Amino acid sequence: MTGTLLSLSGLTKAYPGVVANDDISFDIREGEVHALLGENGAGKSTLVKMIYGLVKPDSGTMTLRGAPYAPAEPRAARASGVAMVFQHFSLFDALSVAENIALGMEDPPKPRDLARQIREVSETYGLPLDPYRTVGTLSAGERQRVEIIRCLLQNPKLLIMDEPTSVLTPQEVEILFTTLRKLAAEGTAILYISHKLEEIRTLCDHATILRLGQKVATCTPAETTARELAEMMVGASLKAPEAHGRTPGDVVLEIRDLSLPAPGDFGTALRRISMALRAGEILGIGGVAGNGQDELLAALSGERRSAPDAILFKGQPLGHLGPGARRRLGLLAAPEERLGHAAAPDMSLTENAALTAMGRKGLVRNGLVGWGRAEDFAREVIAAFDVRTPGADTAARALSGGNLQKFVIGREVMQAPEVLVVNQPTWGVDAAAAAAIRQALIDLAAKGCAVIAISQDLDELMEIADRFAALNEGRLTASKPMAGLTLDQIGMMMGGAHDMEAAHVET
Amino acid sequence: MIALEKRPQPSQAWTWATPVLAVLLTMLVGGLMFAALGTPPVEAIRTIFWDPLFNPQFASYSRPQLLVKAGPLILIAIGLSLGFRAGIWNIGAEGQYIMGAVCGAAVGLAFYPAESVLIFPLMVVAGALGGWAWAMIPGLLKVKFGTNEILVSLMLVYVAESVLASVSSGLLKNPDGMGFPGSRNLKQYPSGANPELIAGTGMHWGVVAAFIVVILAYVLLTRHVLGFHIKLSGAAPRAARFAGVNPARMILFCLGTAGALAGMAGLFEVSGPAGQITIDFNSGYGFTAIIVAFLGRLHPVGILLAGLLMALTYIGGELAQLMLGLPGAAIQLFQGMLLFFLLATDVLTNYRVRLSNKAKGTV
Amino acid sequence: MDLTSINPVLLIASLMVSATPILLAAMGEMVVEKSGVLNLGVEGMMITGAITGFAIAVNTGSPALGFIAAAAGAAMLALAFGILTQFLLSNQVATGLGLTLVGLGLSSLIGKPYEGIKSPTLPRLDLGPLSDIPVLGRMLFSHDIMVYFSLALVAAVWAVLKFTRAGLVLRAVGESHDAAHALGYKVVRVRLLAILFGGACAGLGGAYLSLVRVPQWTEGMTAGAGWIALAIVVFASWRAGRVLVGAYLFGGITVLQLNLQAAGAQVPVALLSASPYLITILVLVIISVRGVHGAPASLGRPFHASH
Repeated sequence: MTGTLLSLSGLTKAYPGVVANDDISFDIREGEVHALLGENGAGKSTLVKMIYGLVKPDSGTMTLRGAPYAPAEPRAARASGVAMVFQHFSLFDALSVAENIALGMEDPPKPRDLARQIREVSETYGLPLDPYRTVGTLSAGERQRVEIIRCLLQNPKLLIMDEPTSVLTPQEVEILFTTLRKLAAEGTAILYISHKLEEIRTLCDHATILRLGQKVATCTPAETTARELAEMMVGASLKAPEAHGRTPGDVVLEIRDLSLPAPGDFGTALRRISMALRAGEILGIGGVAGNGQDELLAALSGERRSAPDAILFKGQPLGHLGPGARRRLGLLAAPEERLGHAAAPDMSLTENAALTAMGRKGLVRNGLVGWGRAEDFAREVIAAFDVRTPGADTAARALSGGNLQKFVIGREVMQAPEVLVVNQPTWGVDAAAAAAIRQALIDLAAKGCAVIAISQDLDELMEIADRFAALNEGRLTASKPMAGLTLDQIGMMMGGAHDMEAAHVET
Repeated sequence: MIALEKRPQPSQAWTWATPVLAVLLTMLVGGLMFAALGTPPVEAIRTIFWDPLFNPQFASYSRPQLLVKAGPLILIAIGLSLGFRAGIWNIGAEGQYIMGAVCGAAVGLAFYPAESVLIFPLMVVAGALGGWAWAMIPGLLKVKFGTNEILVSLMLVYVAESVLASVSSGLLKNPDGMGFPGSRNLKQYPSGANPELIAGTGMHWGVVAAFIVVILAYVLLTRHVLGFHIKLSGAAPRAARFAGVNPARMILFCLGTAGALAGMAGLFEVSGPAGQITIDFNSGYGFTAIIVAFLGRLHPVGILLAGLLMALTYIGGELAQLMLGLPGAAIQLFQGMLLFFLLATDVLTNYRVRLSNKAKGTV
Repeated sequence: MDLTSINPVLLIASLMVSATPILLAAMGEMVVEKSGVLNLGVEGMMITGAITGFAIAVNTGSPALGFIAAAAGAAMLALAFGILTQFLLSNQVATGLGLTLVGLGLSSLIGKPYEGIKSPTLPRLDLGPLSDIPVLGRMLFSHDIMVYFSLALVAAVWAVLKFTRAGLVLRAVGESHDAAHALGYKVVRVRLLAILFGGACAGLGGAYLSLVRVPQWTEGMTAGAGWIALAIVVFASWRAGRVLVGAYLFGGITVLQLNLQAAGAQVPVALLSASPYLITILVLVIISVRGVHGAPASLGRPFHASH
């Protein structure tokens, strides 16, 4: 650990209506792992995009090894030795691993040489990867390897990693950390973005904490408690959800040997899923993204049909019924993607309220929609869930992620479901909204509703679920009581046996 | 540097202002085009937009023509607008229009020379069924196999034209026509004719049907759950499936309705203004109706107004051809430009234009 | 019917001529779609190319200048489409339809004075001894330069897409514009260039119709060729080699039905003249039953770099 690699000074970036970054200054030293910590919306991604040349700062300067650094575009950033591993949106499903990697390089070598280099780097860092595989067929962990190797081939001085562990099993996280430590030891600085506190405490040398676009602190995470870090990040102590001592009732939902083919070229098939769900309990379903979460939700919501008795609701077969009929019976769902799936972005909240509440709230008479009643219901949801919006006639896309998510979950909760299935209920939502949503799910279960919470956030499932099961390549493990499960056991359930052979890192 | 910034929600004001802006831009650029063709621009614009309605010399002929031309345009455009809203691109209305006319006329001619009040309603039903069946071909292919409805519906226009050519010199040829191609003239067959209902207005049954359909479509889209599902399917297809909309049924409904309405429009035309099936019976209403649907913002009332405006350009265009020697194709181009300018200015509905002194991050 | 009047050598020779306009237009459209843009205005661009090429060739006496003008004219029209869809973010389907309507109107306006005129046409390319080979020489080596140009274009597009960086970037932009943007590629610029290329190719195809295949100007003479080119791109699963196969198959059907009509086949003329369209529908159905594969994932989706 020698001198300063990248120095940020007074970086400011404003978008209409919001200052994303306000006068941010800090240094990243050579060979250190530097954490950038903050809630969703704290300004982490804007800051990183400025460093990577995707966004130009309104004011402020950066220096790289003492020289002025102002990348006009990612190409320039890469040329200066800054590389970035994105959380989303930077791989091309239909292209091969080698083609994907070539696209991220300024001067890619000939295809054959590139394939050889990919193999070399992947072996050195314990990240096995076949250069000729089509990226769309890779698991989330393997996709991340593509991104990392793409960066490593350029010998970066600074490697930016945006929430890298959100798609990994605990075992894969271990492998990644070994790789990162090895890189840092070789002198590469790493800017590590996360909101997971324990990770940062084990991995990072320094941490810079952002809140509402401003830098609130720089600290040494190993010497700071997770609680202190959380309070700096959120700015207030958060109310943990109330403990739950629920007694489950009768079985309300049963899935028997549910199998469905993959919906598209890159979807996941559901394979022989079975489970039983009792009234008043919350079943947490974990798993790495892309292991059948969306497909399971679609099979339960009725968007995809199955054999009638693959799904039984209070003993009644409903696998063949569509979403409307299932809702009338009391099986409700809230999918992961807010904009475009759970809600229509360009339609008003009133229309979006009617989207699922048509039947249960009696909004239709003789085929005609009672828009007045729909608006009343939308207002009820807005009031009960503290949705910040100018009114019920505002378009869904105008709401922030957290507010829209509260609306979407609230819309289902307020229809008094008997079974509610949610997928990623707090994905990309600020901490306050996330806490409110989790509390709502716990309260709903306390009233006797059975809840299935599909989530990739293990902390969330540990907080709210009574039982835990994991999805892996479209298969669902048997469920176990949440209390008493260790992180290691959870990891084994999530990972299955595949993908584990990666664990040999040469040190 | 001009930058676009997405509005939190679509602007209501611009939704209705852009068609007006598009018309003005088209007049401006069209005027320049007329000038380039050697026609005085102001006079050309006046001849197209003013004279057919208000010039005492032409108005008595032209005004009734307005409804005659607007009727089929509105009928077809209303049907198309349902599909366009739901993201279903039926661009073969011209073929459905032809098949409606052929089927409806065939039923009428089959009864010739019998007289009954039932014959005309039967013809209307046959026309609607003909158009419906023709539109069901792309519909069923899309539902069953996922075949692209844009290409299939368009290909079927050419097939329908072949059918039209065939029947007008074959099956439906006037046996008393001295060998000329073309069917009997339905105007001379009282039970099969679609006459002008009020003299001097141009009002015929097709125009009545168009007005009724506008009202029905308005109720459907604003009040009925089916209308909500149509809008939802177009705005967010995945959300529509989540809400419980059956995409296959939606496709069949939208295509079928559009086909039936286009078929009816064809029947009203062949039994009224055109009078007979001939090889060049169709005149492009099915394509112009696409412009009408967009210009009317896919909204029934908007389509009513847009249909009248587009009818005016037809009549004004003919007048300009007569009086100023303006080529007929100029009007076709004029109409195409109108759609183009509408699409270009539409950006204002969803985006705010910002002038900034520095370049945007990346384009 | 007299089937012996159909000469297979001439059939194949005229198949190549009849397929060339569609091949050119479909190659261009394939590149456009590979970049993630759906331009339904091929028909409009083709017919604009047909009249521009015809007018310039008649006025200058040079078919070569005609072809150049056709490419430029249709590319101008494509540019309008590009500005609307890429900068003003208009709906690609509607804009493509609009482009076709504008093109049809524009061409018949320009074309009025040219009806019934004959234009200078392209000479056969003298391939020396190759043209003298019996049968094969007449079949394959006695065409004009555009036929060979179109074949070279197929090879060039194939090679560029498969082996070059430019081709890789084009495919990447069509696959995921967000990812391409994140890596710093100029999505809009790449797409505009592809749109211009597609326009120029469609223009060449149109000019080939009016200058070589027919060779005359009549209103609406493309008669759906642009739409068939679009269908061929789907048929070909976005692969250059298969576009060639599709276009030649289609050319064969067209020539065959014309020959059958001439030979007085016992099939209704209406059915024969509708057969190219019916067969296109049939092919589209077969393709979709088999499952459409290889469509660029971003095809038809608008791109706006929000920040």
